[in-house]
Amino acid sequence: MKQNSVSERLVNGLIKENPTFVLMLGMCPTLAVTTSAINGMGMGLTTMVVLALSNMFISLLRKVIPDKVRIPAFIVIIASFVTVVELLLKAYIPFLYDALGLYIPLIVVNCIILGRAEAYASKNGVIPSLFDGIGMGLGFTLALTIIGAVRELLGAGEVFGYAVMPESYVPCSIFVLAPGAFFVLAVLTAIQNKVKLAGERKGKDMSKIGSGCNSDCMNCSEAGCSKRFYDENAKAEEPEETKEETVIEKEEEKND
Amino acid sequence: MSDLMKVSSNPHIRSRVTTSSIMLAVVIALLPAAGFGIYNFGLNALILILVTVATTVLTELIYEILMHKKVTIGDFSAVVTGLLLALNLPPSAPWWIGVVGGVFAILVVKMLFGGLGQNFMNPALGARCFLLISYTSIMCNFECDAYTGPTPLASLKAGESVNILDMVIGKTAGTIGETSMIAIVIGACFLILLGVIDLKVPGSYIVTFVIFIILFGGHGFDPAFISAHLAGGGLMLGAFFMATDYVTRPVTKRGQYLYGIILGLLTGIFRIFGPSAEGVSYAIILGNLLVPLIEKITMPKAFGKGGERA
Repeated sequence: MKQNSVSERLVNGLIKENPTFVLMLGMCPTLAVTTSAINGMGMGLTTMVVLALSNMFISLLRKVIPDKVRIPAFIVIIASFVTVVELLLKAYIPFLYDALGLYIPLIVVNCIILGRAEAYASKNGVIPSLFDGIGMGLGFTLALTIIGAVRELLGAGEVFGYAVMPESYVPCSIFVLAPGAFFVLAVLTAIQNKVKLAGERKGKDMSKIGSGCNSDCMNCSEAGCSKRFYDENAKAEEPEETKEETVIEKEEEKND
Repeated sequence: MSDLMKVSSNPHIRSRVTTSSIMLAVVIALLPAAGFGIYNFGLNALILILVTVATTVLTELIYEILMHKKVTIGDFSAVVTGLLLALNLPPSAPWWIGVVGGVFAILVVKMLFGGLGQNFMNPALGARCFLLISYTSIMCNFECDAYTGPTPLASLKAGESVNILDMVIGKTAGTIGETSMIAIVIGACFLILLGVIDLKVPGSYIVTFVIFIILFGGHGFDPAFISAHLAGGGLMLGAFFMATDYVTRPVTKRGQYLYGIILGLLTGIFRIFGPSAEGVSYAIILGNLLVPLIEKITMPKAFGKGGERA
């Protein structure tokens, strides 16, 4: 798949850099609202809408926003979309609005959204940024729905409100309480790592599935990578004197 | 112990004390309490004990086979965990409570953290608290064929009078192994005589608790009230068998006293000011979590370290 193409961005967000299972971002809503599958899905989709729209607008405005005040500018854009989504939810899906409660306004400070804005949307074009947001949002939705479904299944014997377990099953209510979120997230992440390690042992190149990179940061063209350790901006601001000196030195060598 | 740790050459003092001999001693010491529980509560208590012990041992065996690790069920530590957990279950609980609790104790609390010696929390108590949160109605239902009333501690909390002689012998409602103070103390004396446990942790725990009860219990120095609190609930079982767990108590001497004092304070706070009548399990678990910090501040100074420079 071509870098930054639409399908590449979607797969990247869903699997390669799944925000929950791989990047471990946005843990607060992940742990707090996934008490049932429908809550997890609602939270995921709400975040996806905000993520896609804010990514698109930040990408549109990326040349206008001065570098030094970019974080406040991003927050203003994100907060506007969160407010829009919050009012829409309140008007049209009140039961979800009640279930998610405080966690809707908290989407503003969700680190996935700010992370994608900073790492991807502010450096890439509008269309890839939009689909990066949709891909990441879908990955987040997928993860939250799975966690919510497992917790609902064990903690209430239901999935999406439909009874699945036999009637003799006694719900293990710790799974709908806070500790259950940690148990389920840890086990699902462990399964994800297990699959990755098993593939590596067979000799398949799984590096793309793990972190979306080949661990060669110096020659990497992926700007949205969290492991990236050298800063392009720092390089650009390198004092020009040193460059001139090297040029002069080379000229001297030639003269010799 | 890994093969890398083997030391050779030189004369070394060898001791016949092994993990399995210590654990076996603990199992034997728990038998009076378990036996009294079965006598007191009947067949279901026996089934629960057998199911829980079988589950803990099998869980450890299966995990170690699947993970290609050395099988360590021969050291009896899983038996101790299973037995302690079973003694902490109410006698009317269905058998699968023992299975769920046993799997949680061994798999999540013990093996996932690296097995015996690595667990940060007593596995039996971790599982008990897991069950208490998950199946509150089952775990707090102490009614069975023999007893229909509330536990003595619950009556005490409600301000009713309790029969202390019955509580010391153990003829009251409660979990399978906690009711009989006599049976537990017999087992504890056996362990103390063998040198498996000493009185540092249980002693400071119980003394602190008694002082707390006198100060804040609302009854002043009332021997009847104090002895009811000592004989009731899981205090004796917890102090002698769970707080003294080698893995989850501090290793330093001063640390062990401090640990006992913290447990006594927490138990007192939970019992007197908390909403429920009992608080030993949560007190010991919280104490377990504080152990690394306790060890850090009570680490003895090596000779020559610290102090003023000459």
